[in-house]
Amino acid sequence: MKPILIHGGRLLDPAAGVDAAKDLLLKDGRVAEIASPGKLKAPADAEVFDASGLVVAPGLVDIHVHLREPGQAHKETIASGTAAAAAGGFTSLAAMANTSPVNDSPEITRWMQAPERGAQVRVFPIVAATRGFKGEVINDYAALKAAGAVAVSDDGLPILKDGVMREALAAAARVGLAVIQHAEDTRMTEGCSMNAGPVAFKLGLRGMPSEAESQIVERDIRLVAELNELRPHYHVAHISTAAAMAAVRQARRNGLRVSCEVAPHHFLLTDEHVAEYNTHAKMCPPLRSAKDRDAMIEAILDGVVDCIATDHAPHAAHEKEVEFERAPNGITGLETSLGLCLEWLHHQWKMPLGRVIGLMSAQPAALLNLKGRGTLAVGSFADCVIFDPNAEWVFKAAESKSKSRNTPFDGWTMRGKVRWTISEGRVAYKN
Amino acid sequence: MAMPASSTARPRLRTPSAPQPPFPHHPGSAISIGHFSLAEITRLLRRAHLLNNEDPIERSKRLAKRRVALLFYEASTRTRTSFELAAKSLGMDTTLVSNLSSSIEKGESLKDTGLTLRALGAEAIILRHNASGAPYVLEQFTDLPVLNAGDGRHEHPSQALLDLLTMLAHLSPAHASGEAALTAESLKGVTVSIVGDILHSRVARSNLLLLPQLGAEVVLSGPPELLPEDAALIAPNVGVERNFELALQRSQVVMLLRIQSERLAGLNVDLDEYKTRYQLDERRLARLAPEAIVLHPGPIIRGLELTAAVADGPQSKILEQVHNGVRIRMALIERAFAALDAQGKGANQ
Ligand SMILES: [Zn+2]
Repeated sequence: MKPILIHGGRLLDPAAGVDAAKDLLLKDGRVAEIASPGKLKAPADAEVFDASGLVVAPGLVDIHVHLREPGQAHKETIASGTAAAAAGGFTSLAAMANTSPVNDSPEITRWMQAPERGAQVRVFPIVAATRGFKGEVINDYAALKAAGAVAVSDDGLPILKDGVMREALAAAARVGLAVIQHAEDTRMTEGCSMNAGPVAFKLGLRGMPSEAESQIVERDIRLVAELNELRPHYHVAHISTAAAMAAVRQARRNGLRVSCEVAPHHFLLTDEHVAEYNTHAKMCPPLRSAKDRDAMIEAILDGVVDCIATDHAPHAAHEKEVEFERAPNGITGLETSLGLCLEWLHHQWKMPLGRVIGLMSAQPAALLNLKGRGTLAVGSFADCVIFDPNAEWVFKAAESKSKSRNTPFDGWTMRGKVRWTISEGRVAYKN
Repeated sequence: MAMPASSTARPRLRTPSAPQPPFPHHPGSAISIGHFSLAEITRLLRRAHLLNNEDPIERSKRLAKRRVALLFYEASTRTRTSFELAAKSLGMDTTLVSNLSSSIEKGESLKDTGLTLRALGAEAIILRHNASGAPYVLEQFTDLPVLNAGDGRHEHPSQALLDLLTMLAHLSPAHASGEAALTAESLKGVTVSIVGDILHSRVARSNLLLLPQLGAEVVLSGPPELLPEDAALIAPNVGVERNFELALQRSQVVMLLRIQSERLAGLNVDLDEYKTRYQLDERRLARLAPEAIVLHPGPIIRGLELTAAVADGPQSKILEQVHNGVRIRMALIERAFAALDAQGKGANQ
């Protein structure tokens, strides 16, 4: 692997508190040197990247993706999903466990990280919180962590039983892992395919009430408070309702270790985007009311939200080309997240660029304790995205690197064009 | 107590706007009543009137040997027969594909079934389906005109049109025949109450999207389990009145909906209490709405949502609705094929 010299760019590394013109030398998969412009000498065999006018930032981190392997390679593979990630500027992905079979063993956890998978960027497995996703018996978190697990979650399904959730929080706390909850009280959402409200009524679809999310979050926060001596880390996946967000705000004021992520679709879209049964606007949790969407924006701008996560959930075309109620939940997101965050959070809503990048790199890396990720400090992994923060472009789903095309953002104008994505010193994407 | 400083409130931020209608559709399709302009509805009423009065032999030449498929995933004697008679009156070849005769391939997707019907020569498809929104799937993948004969809880546009025709025949005959153009005031001053299981009713949804466009006031009445407050938010001039007698008192038209007792049981609604509060009996009708007409999309259950005396009484126009259905569906089928022919001409140019 050749060394890489990146010169002429604006280094933006929120974790290190750097926002300045700097050159970088990447060597042996690590950040070797950082210096003022023109001060670094490139080794003879180095590749030299001219980053003039571009931002050089830590490779992005997405702690919520579904890579579909093992078992559903027709939707996505680790190779195709990570290629899409690289195109979107991501260098670290935390992959959910709702594969087939469910990832609840050290064997599958290791299988996912094996070089044979052909990953273009680093994949960190999240393992099932309970055996077989049944919500009854918790797994052996110590053994799974030793195999590479970075968190536990039954994502796709909630951990419903109070006793099991309490046990999971305690056991995960003992080994230093977060419990990530898919907060959905499935007793309230049976047969539902979108958010409850006038739009669902008009379309004749059963709606999921926002309480189905907020009541689980509130219950979980009570458990975290009860177990506070163990300092359990509770993380709410894809939070989508104003009520759940209010509960998270309060929990943090109370000093609990509670975090949350918001997906771009939940801070940009509402249930009105379902329009005439667009199955590419169907996911779980569903697109919510404008009031909920506004609460997501406010919480992001206020700093209550810890990170942006895509919930990248690919599905084959034929699976989505069906009656709305029969279509599977989920949309792809890896190639649109940065473009949407830059366009809306930064350009439209004036969030400083460093904060946007922090929400997509340093903060998610810190949440899952991914050492040496989410920063470009000397010695950290040479995970890097180089992008033009102002360039406008139009996302075309047909050109996606993912195996699937199920996105509501086809044809949307994005901001921030990725030029290079470098994963551990290797160019994973170039444009 | 000091109020929180208003300066902390953020100015309203611009957010991406949701896709706005009109969405692209086959010009011959009839999926949602919301897709029809008043001019189009006027034209449909005029064509329905003329076709109904036309010599049957002449009429049967209009679409002689053209092919329409009836794709029925749900049982429906009334709607299916009505569409079938309408098509046959225009001289068409009809094919019925239904899950009851198991002619729908088990496990085949709606998309593939539609493509198969198109390959077999169907030029348009009349679809009854238990999933809300199914006609959009069929239209999108076949590019054929799709006539919605009822989809899930969503809509039943031909029913709303025949309901409108029936109302106009009694309230404003010049509009009923399509002679006078419909306007936003054609039903001004008219209150229509829709009573019963609004939640599960596609007929209710189509009617409450249509009637306010003509200036009518729509009053919904029923218990909360069957009538969520959200119902009043989907169109202007729609209100909820839980007290059926108060709703009845204001109404020139009373539209009753079928009550399925097993559904009530599932929602913990007491059947006897329902009847006490919402059943239309002759005493209520005579006392509170002696001039009103009574409509029902059928099938009716005598002794539940209405008494036999009301169903058979002079104010009941239920059979007139059934009768009007055939001409409305003739007009809808004719519209679909006119659109197809216009497309064909365009393609040949
Ligand atoms: Zn989830």
